[in-house]
Amino acid sequence: MTEPIASDPIRVLVAKPGLDGHDRGAKVVARAMRDAGMEVIYTGIRQTPEMIAEAAVQEDVDVVGLSILSGAHMELFPRVTELLKEKGKDDVLLVAGGIIPDEDIPQLNTLGFRGIFGPGANTHDLVKFVQDEMAARKHKAQG
Amino acid sequence: MKWRRANIKRKDKAAARAERQVSRAQPTYRPDNRLFAPLLNTEFISQIQNGIPLAVARAITAVERGGAPARELCRALFPHTGRAHIIGVTGAPGTGKSTLVNALAKEFRAREKRVAILAVDPSSPFSGGAILGDRLRMQDLTGTGVYIRSMASRGQLGGLAAAVADALVILDAAQFEIILVETVGAGQSEVDIAKHALTTLVIEAPGLGDEIQAIKAGILEIADVLVVNKADRDGANAAVAALQMNLNLNPNKHAWRPPILKTIAPTSEGVSQVVDAIYKHTAYLDEHGLRAQKERARFDDGLRALAQREWLEQKIHALPPGQWDAWLAQITQRQRDPYSIAQEVLAS
Repeated sequence: MTEPIASDPIRVLVAKPGLDGHDRGAKVVARAMRDAGMEVIYTGIRQTPEMIAEAAVQEDVDVVGLSILSGAHMELFPRVTELLKEKGKDDVLLVAGGIIPDEDIPQLNTLGFRGIFGPGANTHDLVKFVQDEMAARKHKAQG
Repeated sequence: MKWRRANIKRKDKAAARAERQVSRAQPTYRPDNRLFAPLLNTEFISQIQNGIPLAVARAITAVERGGAPARELCRALFPHTGRAHIIGVTGAPGTGKSTLVNALAKEFRAREKRVAILAVDPSSPFSGGAILGDRLRMQDLTGTGVYIRSMASRGQLGGLAAAVADALVILDAAQFEIILVETVGAGQSEVDIAKHALTTLVIEAPGLGDEIQAIKAGILEIADVLVVNKADRDGANAAVAALQMNLNLNPNKHAWRPPILKTIAPTSEGVSQVVDAIYKHTAYLDEHGLRAQKERARFDDGLRALAQREWLEQKIHALPPGQWDAWLAQITQRQRDPYSIAQEVLAS
């Protein structure tokens, strides 16, 4: 408590846009991030892009993780990035998970989704990806 | 698999230890330029005062980080505070605090108040991470102008986060008229909220305890308004009766008697009456000149904590590198005692 620079945990928003209710994966991811020392704002299923963008702004998160299994990602993800940009919160690290076909990945990459973790992905890899990305950003900002 | 996990854990611990040692060895404050410069420009300050969510959010992050930037920011904003009505909401885990806060926010919005919510959830004592899930129950506030911020307790006991006091300065300066502060799921002694809030709501649910629970010291004593939530469940009337019995035993019959109200938060049933009770409580405080007394107590505590923290930081920073660790080693080996070392710190 008396440390001059207190711990500075990575803040993550985990949300499920769209209408599918399969949130086990999102919960597993949230738990893995918690165990890696991150603060995870978990908003759960049936999130509209508006809810996600507003939460990202108010919570001042570093990372937005979206999980979707319904196939509506090419519809909803661009809307989320558009709203984030509109609200001036386009500096977040975007990560996606769920059922995302390989052919969609290039387009999601151009939208700004840096990490895409599908079925079989390891939570250690995800955590490491987020930690490395955030460390690189911090380094860049201070350098 | 098991072995691997244990191995990783050990590695993490070693890394954390190394990190702690580094920060002890270099105790001087290094200003974080990325933060410091933009925080104190007048445009950012005025954005906060106008309640621009992006600015308010960044300011709260800064006070969570602490250090000199946070202090300077709060210094700049403090003169603009004092208008917000801070309402604490506390109670055991699972009593429905978040859902009730959601319903309260809607009711205050209906009464055309500007509303902010600070929702605290516990940090892991092992990883430092947290799952902040209060917002999950506040979905229908999107687009209503209610500012919601989830905070992790970050090792602070007492039911709140250490940065809550500073976050309240920011939200108050941002002209929110109502600030609802939701504590972590409280046990019996997480009572810090009563120091910050003008009105404290303690939430109970049916089936949580008998009359003995009701007469125990601690959390029930800080209630200005008692709410029995989930009142559609069996045992709601028994819960009300147990609380009522306890209040009947209060020796001072002229003091404020907390009303006991029943609510069903998801349907907002009874919530309007809770808001009425909150206003009755503040009217009572004003009538009896107690508002100023409460404010004084709040800052008595706040000033003490702040002075203590600043003083201690300064003292520890001024120590020669390695001194702290050397002391710790001496204490653990029983060569010296912490009491005389504390005196030495004081005299340094």
